[in-house]
Amino acid sequence: MKGKLAALALASPLALLLGVFLVVPIGTIVVVSFFDYDSVRIIPDFVWTNYDELLFSPITWKTYLQTLKFAAITWAICLLVGFTVAYFLAFHVASPMMQTVLFLVCTIPFWTSNIIRMISWIPFLGRNGLLNQALMSVGAIDQPLEFLLFSDFAVVLAYVHLYALFMVVPIFNSMVRIDRALVEAARDAGAGEWQVLRHVIIPLARPGIAIGSILVVAVVMGDFVTVRLMSGGQSASVGLMMVNAMSLLQYPAAAANAVVLLIVVLLMIAAMLRIVDIRKEL
Amino acid sequence: MTETVKVRGIGRRKALLAAAGAAAGSGAVTGFPTIWAQNIRNVVLRQFGTGVSNQNAIAEKCKEDLGITLQMTALDSDAVVQRAVTQPNSYDIADIEYWMCKKVFPAGTLQPMDTSKIRLFDKIVPIFTTGKLRPDSVIAQGTAPNTVSFVDGPGSTRFASSPTQWFTMIPTIYNADTLGIRPDLVGRPIRNWKDIMDPAFRGKTSILNIPSIGIMDAAMICESAGVIRYGDKGNMTRAEIDTTINYLIQAKRAGQFRAFWKTFDESVNLMASGEVVIQSMWSPAVTAVRSRGIPCVYQPLEEGYRAWGGGLALAKHLRGIQLDAAYEYINWYLSGWVGAYLNRQGYYSAVLETAREHMSADEWGYWMEGKPAQGEIKNPQGQVMERAGAVRDGGSFYDRMGAVACWNAVMDEDRYMVQKWNQFIAS
Repeated sequence: MKGKLAALALASPLALLLGVFLVVPIGTIVVVSFFDYDSVRIIPDFVWTNYDELLFSPITWKTYLQTLKFAAITWAICLLVGFTVAYFLAFHVASPMMQTVLFLVCTIPFWTSNIIRMISWIPFLGRNGLLNQALMSVGAIDQPLEFLLFSDFAVVLAYVHLYALFMVVPIFNSMVRIDRALVEAARDAGAGEWQVLRHVIIPLARPGIAIGSILVVAVVMGDFVTVRLMSGGQSASVGLMMVNAMSLLQYPAAAANAVVLLIVVLLMIAAMLRIVDIRKEL
Repeated sequence: MTETVKVRGIGRRKALLAAAGAAAGSGAVTGFPTIWAQNIRNVVLRQFGTGVSNQNAIAEKCKEDLGITLQMTALDSDAVVQRAVTQPNSYDIADIEYWMCKKVFPAGTLQPMDTSKIRLFDKIVPIFTTGKLRPDSVIAQGTAPNTVSFVDGPGSTRFASSPTQWFTMIPTIYNADTLGIRPDLVGRPIRNWKDIMDPAFRGKTSILNIPSIGIMDAAMICESAGVIRYGDKGNMTRAEIDTTINYLIQAKRAGQFRAFWKTFDESVNLMASGEVVIQSMWSPAVTAVRSRGIPCVYQPLEEGYRAWGGGLALAKHLRGIQLDAAYEYINWYLSGWVGAYLNRQGYYSAVLETAREHMSADEWGYWMEGKPAQGEIKNPQGQVMERAGAVRDGGSFYDRMGAVACWNAVMDEDRYMVQKWNQFIAS
């Protein structure tokens, strides 16, 4: 009995913290999503109009598809880049000292805020930006490339730049724990470089890949700043829909959208966890 | 404002000295020898509003002249509307825009002012009273200030159609907005709103992505292009909204727009970097581009301007000495110093005659009369804005404010309009 009380007491600070800062706010959002509103007030009520207007509007579906598209492309590129970098760090850099140094080098971009990292692409990619000027001066093109900025390309580029590290870190973490003897054993058994990668390293790095994927997908699904700045406001995302609603004081509409987005992201994460059982493999 | 903070922080003797200084200052400068001028000296008024007119220099000067402490809070326009309605006791003075007034005043959290207590009421620019800048002017579409400037009686929230003794807001700043262009890059004269849709500028235009204002610019463009003729641009029907948005979507699909901007600095950067050559713009943004040495013109257009304006309103809970102080503050606001300060930023102020007394002849000529500057024109911070020979884009006050086609507005179909606007952005 005493042990049980102590355990409860030990768990209570975290429970309290999660209760106050997670459960209550989300509960509030759910409640508000059923409220009614006019142009200046929100009116406590229980109406389905917010969900009605959201789910039966083609704009919503289009925007969700667009956001999923961004998430999928970003995820694929981040995975490729993140896996490659982590693989190089874990298996091709010999000394642990050098590994740490190079790993820190990867984090350097994170020393500035992500808004600044994003905005710095604008003068680089713009019509009269550095890249276009350079390409034109070497004669590679004679018209500036317009698709570089304020386009879906720019959005994905910024996402990859911002979030690739989220993929590198967990994958690297999984890889350094792989017992080198397994790799040697595979080689001794006659496996080539690709076979080692395919049958030993990738399966053992799966928890890292899953964690990285969850981070990247969750962040991209909820983003609105990157989409707005890099697409020049030409593209929409679910987050941006909510921001627009909130800026017009349509909080219940934004809350309903937040609830739907939360459910969508939770389903996506559940699906990923079905593929990789992180807890079992950590 | 900083002064009071200091006073509170230091010892009693210094505080007394400072108070004495403030008292001497208020006696010398105000020129309003009112009986209760001494009593209002220690009153604190909490004012909130958008950043445009909520300026610390005004609070400092007010402290110096009247002794009233103004605590300013700057919020974005959406938050301003919400606070004005939902937290009526959190402020004493609301600095809101006229289109907001249409939403906020009927909520019953503000009280109208007695015009007999406003000394310069008769001198206020008539746009805000009769609605007619000149006797023969036509009142523009949208939420024209005069339509929300008066209510029936002291306790009323119903707007009166003609001037009464009960005034809802004292105008602070207002201006006429149009398109900004890069004269070096457009390569032809720009005369109409529809010029932004010229295929020659494909991929080099932008409009602002703030639905309630963007839709008005869009309306000016559509009407100019002959797509539609509105009953009232400021209060469109669903069919009118559909037509407008469909036209925008077509243009977007054809690649007409380079980007949509939401903040002041975005509009400056788009223009300065040459990403766009013609776009919706605000007057200070044009100045900011020009101050980088890049040519930029706030182009007057044949169809006229889209105008906006803001004003000060009194919270319902104000009474007694606080109410007296608020009236005194408003009277001071109209008495000239503030007007000159705002005019020097390129905005317009409520009472022009008194503002003129606080401006040099050259300043007045440049900002208000459309005359070429004789010497350097400086902003209130002392930075040089224009050199000798420069002429203000659009000319004189009467040329600009006399050519207003519509005012920023709230529509009855607001909710529908926002849905359609989101569709445009998502398409």
